[in-house]
Amino acid sequence: MGKIINILSKMMSYDFMARAVIVGLLVSLCASLLGVSLVLKRYSMIGDGLSHVGFGALAVATAANLAPLTVSIPVVMLAAFLLLRISENSKIQGDAAIALISTSALAIGVIVISVTKGTNTDVYNYMFGSILSMDPADVQLSVALSIVVIILFVFFYNKIFAVTFDEAFSRAVGTKAGVYNTLLAILTAVTIVLGMRLMGAMLISALIIFPALTSMRICKRFKTVVICSAAVSVTCFFIGVVLSYRYSLPTGASVVAVNMIAFIFAQLLSLCFYSRASIKI
Amino acid sequence: MGLVTCRDAALGYDTGIVVSGLDFTVETGDYLCIVGENGSGKTTLIKGLLRLKSPVLGQILTGDGLKANEIGYLPQQSAAQKDFPAGVFEVVLSGRQSKQGAMPFYTRQDKRIALENLDKLGIAHLKNRCYRELSGGQQRRALLARALCATDKLLLLDEPVAGLDPPATKELYDLIQMLNRKQGLTIIMVSHDIRSALEYSTHILHLGSRQLFFGTTRDYIKTDLAKGYIYGLRGGQNN
Repeated sequence: MGKIINILSKMMSYDFMARAVIVGLLVSLCASLLGVSLVLKRYSMIGDGLSHVGFGALAVATAANLAPLTVSIPVVMLAAFLLLRISENSKIQGDAAIALISTSALAIGVIVISVTKGTNTDVYNYMFGSILSMDPADVQLSVALSIVVIILFVFFYNKIFAVTFDEAFSRAVGTKAGVYNTLLAILTAVTIVLGMRLMGAMLISALIIFPALTSMRICKRFKTVVICSAAVSVTCFFIGVVLSYRYSLPTGASVVAVNMIAFIFAQLLSLCFYSRASIKI
Repeated sequence: MGLVTCRDAALGYDTGIVVSGLDFTVETGDYLCIVGENGSGKTTLIKGLLRLKSPVLGQILTGDGLKANEIGYLPQQSAAQKDFPAGVFEVVLSGRQSKQGAMPFYTRQDKRIALENLDKLGIAHLKNRCYRELSGGQQRRALLARALCATDKLLLLDEPVAGLDPPATKELYDLIQMLNRKQGLTIIMVSHDIRSALEYSTHILHLGSRQLFFGTTRDYIKTDLAKGYIYGLRGGQNN
């Protein structure tokens, strides 16, 4: 026990590490909350698509010597808007269109990075994240984002549940489902841009999808799924980041690996539970 | 003036008009079945009645003090709902969402109404169960209870029995008939099940890209259109 505390206090004594942990925890919290709604609405692909668009935007921003956040946040928000429209409109093949947009953005990003001479960050850092990339502005933005997301989930919980469960019914009784969808997409965009440089463009969508799926294995109510998902996500991030510090592993990959283990564990648990339940009947 | 009136209305998308010549009135207490082949404009008409789509031509009017958010709607079941983690009570209560306004939480009255409707549909004992663990018939009842939370006037049902086995289908039809006769709810139902439509409804609206027939079920049975449709022929389009 003393050894763990020792490791933690040493880890947090580095400024960059403390920032990364704070941003990471807040981003995991937001991603998991938004993720429940996105996964249940069958919008998981949007998270993945947005992270690729974010990668492209980040590459262009670096090449043009602009602040990464001020360029990528509006671009990814715009993409979120577009992807949501595509997903809602079943006439176009939604999943194929998302794949087109995300691979195109990825290709542009890779080309821009390769032709830009004199950049000090390489593609690898963007793709798979870097613990060194968080600055104080990221901390401020992630605190603001979490406040907005938590307010949304506390005060509009019933509306979010209703719109997630049955959008057709909500629209029919006059709830502005489109507003909630857009809000979710925009907040997801900000979450992804914030977490992307830390977790990596290739890995950030795991934060959205894994906790929701993990908690859906073990919980049966929307409310418990939301709460459990937040708890799972924050815990997995923390374990992942500590492991990555202790054993010098890449942060993003460690966090995703811990999430994967949690998912497998939950899956096994639900299998045991269901088989016992069926024996009872 | 009736509860819902279509006056020479046509509905459609950017690509063109889907259904036209809609001219009918639904009175309070009616049980109207909308029938017709796939692509005849039934779903589009539902959207029009729900005010999710405004008519390209003509008018769709509501009367008898029916407000736009007082229509209880039972949509077709989406694939996402089948494994949705939700409690039955949570689902039924969400029928009150339009009554909330800007308030973030449900009131005690909302909860009482949700409980009453669970009771009315005979699923009060399922209140604390998980929605995805219910049978198809029980799920449909829960969604019907939710629709009742939104209205005590008009129910709009989009193929409510799709995917149910025969006993559950009969139970649901009987339940809907009870709501119509005893509770005085007006029913508008889209149905592919023409035999049950004829058995339970008071009025029939037959669509085929335009309004082919509107009138009482008794009159409808006498038409060639009905005979052709019932026996699976492409009736009505030719004559």
